[in-house]
Amino acid sequence: MSERATVLFDIPGPRARRFNLVISVIFAVVLALLIWWVLTVLASKNQLTGDKWKPFLDGQNWTAYLLPGLWATLQAAAVSVVISLPIGALLGTARLSERPWIRWPAGVVVEFFRSIPVIILMLFAFQLWFYVLGVSSPFAAVVIGLVLYNGSVLAEVVRAGILAVPKGQTEAAMAIGLSKSQTMTIVLLPQALTSMLPAVVSQLVVIVKDTALGGILVGYVELRRAANTSASFYGNLLPTYVVVAVIYIVINMALSSLSHWLERKLRTRRGGGKVVHIDEGPQDDLMAARQRVTVLPTGEGAG
Amino acid sequence: MNFSFLSDPRYHILGAFWLTVQLTFWSAIGAFILGVILAAMRVSPVPLMRGFGGGVVNVVRNIPLTLIIIMMSQVLANQLGLRLATRVAGVNPQAFLDNQNFRLAVLGFIIYTSTFVCEAIRSGINTVPPGQAEAARAIGLTFTQVLGIVILPQAIRAVTAPLGSVLIALTKNTTVASAIGVAEAALLMNTLIENESDKFTAVFIVIAAGFIVLTLPTGLLFGALAKRNAVKQ
Repeated sequence: MSERATVLFDIPGPRARRFNLVISVIFAVVLALLIWWVLTVLASKNQLTGDKWKPFLDGQNWTAYLLPGLWATLQAAAVSVVISLPIGALLGTARLSERPWIRWPAGVVVEFFRSIPVIILMLFAFQLWFYVLGVSSPFAAVVIGLVLYNGSVLAEVVRAGILAVPKGQTEAAMAIGLSKSQTMTIVLLPQALTSMLPAVVSQLVVIVKDTALGGILVGYVELRRAANTSASFYGNLLPTYVVVAVIYIVINMALSSLSHWLERKLRTRRGGGKVVHIDEGPQDDLMAARQRVTVLPTGEGAG
Repeated sequence: MNFSFLSDPRYHILGAFWLTVQLTFWSAIGAFILGVILAAMRVSPVPLMRGFGGGVVNVVRNIPLTLIIIMMSQVLANQLGLRLATRVAGVNPQAFLDNQNFRLAVLGFIIYTSTFVCEAIRSGINTVPPGQAEAARAIGLTFTQVLGIVILPQAIRAVTAPLGSVLIALTKNTTVASAIGVAEAALLMNTLIENESDKFTAVFIVIAAGFIVLTLPTGLLFGALAKRNAVKQ
């Protein structure tokens, strides 16, 4: 038992420790009963037999279904983030423009695509692609849908990143005679991009999860959909979904810790500025991203 | 642009959006309750509860919602036989299926969204000044009293705006229910695009407008609430 004191409770004394122990035991018993009950139900439905789980030792299950599905998921996510970044940078800087006829349209585009569900965007992109090019491409539909949404989210991240660059940088750039666009492209944007790196990586978690939307209506065979085919072939739906969930959890936790690592590294970097930070929370919401983007001041020694 | 499908009696556009609203409403209530419980666990003095709360949040948050919703239907209902609606023998099973899938979807949304509610409230707890909890403890309140009477009310008020964002995200996420055949707006758009493929731009504009009508006022309302509820410190 940890004896860490928080603001909410004191370091437990003898009585509190006894009380906590009692609560712990009760909770552990309830939890154990719950797990036991789940296992009984699973066993009674024949979900725990070796047959159901053996397909994961079969190399063909992996090479024919799961790995191609995983590859499709990662591919769509990677392509989407690579395209979203420049679009986000463009929209983000456009929203900071001094000219209203640039600022306003950029604002409308960002707000529009943030308030529409990604599936709706994918469905529209699928049909549009078919209408323009005469061939259907689920991959293009998924990528376009994700880019429209995440480009808008990243636009807000870029905007916050640029606003977080110390004012002295702009003043210095002006003092040496740089134009407004030079100030933006060679002074502000590079600094902003570094400080928003952790936010971009944590947005990747959202993108990886959202690729699964492509398997619902536009027919992109990503990990979940590929696994579904595998599950009907081997007749092991529950084990397959559990394995797929674990794969997603591992990927996303790795991305989250990369994001935290980057954030710590940037914050302690010598002379580092500030880090744009999206609070852990409803990251799959665009509005949330905007409202929760805060700028963390760095420790001492900045500048 | 041809909007003729709007008056076509085959398509219940308002009905579909009404279903979206219902999905959002029930899921929001459930997710708020479960989210508060999870947040309370994560800050409790009992290490086992803290670990359990943290584990649940980190696992659920990292699974795609699509996977959760489809698991509700295919794994929980079909494989394990969970019944959330009553099936009357000899009656057309469509009504049963509609009810069952609606409730399964709501259950999935509650599980997924509650983790985001939990994290929002937990970050709200961090904004409450330590003096508040110290004062509460100094007058002899127990942990449950400190949390329930002093900290949570202030924390929830402080995170009104983020909770509004969670609600907006939930509204948009209800489109995932189309994966298990709940006839909400995304499934309707799918049908419309199949049957009226020449009018797909008009279809997109109508559905997009529907979501903007739902999410924009939510954002404004919660923004105003956040301003009114701001805790003076």
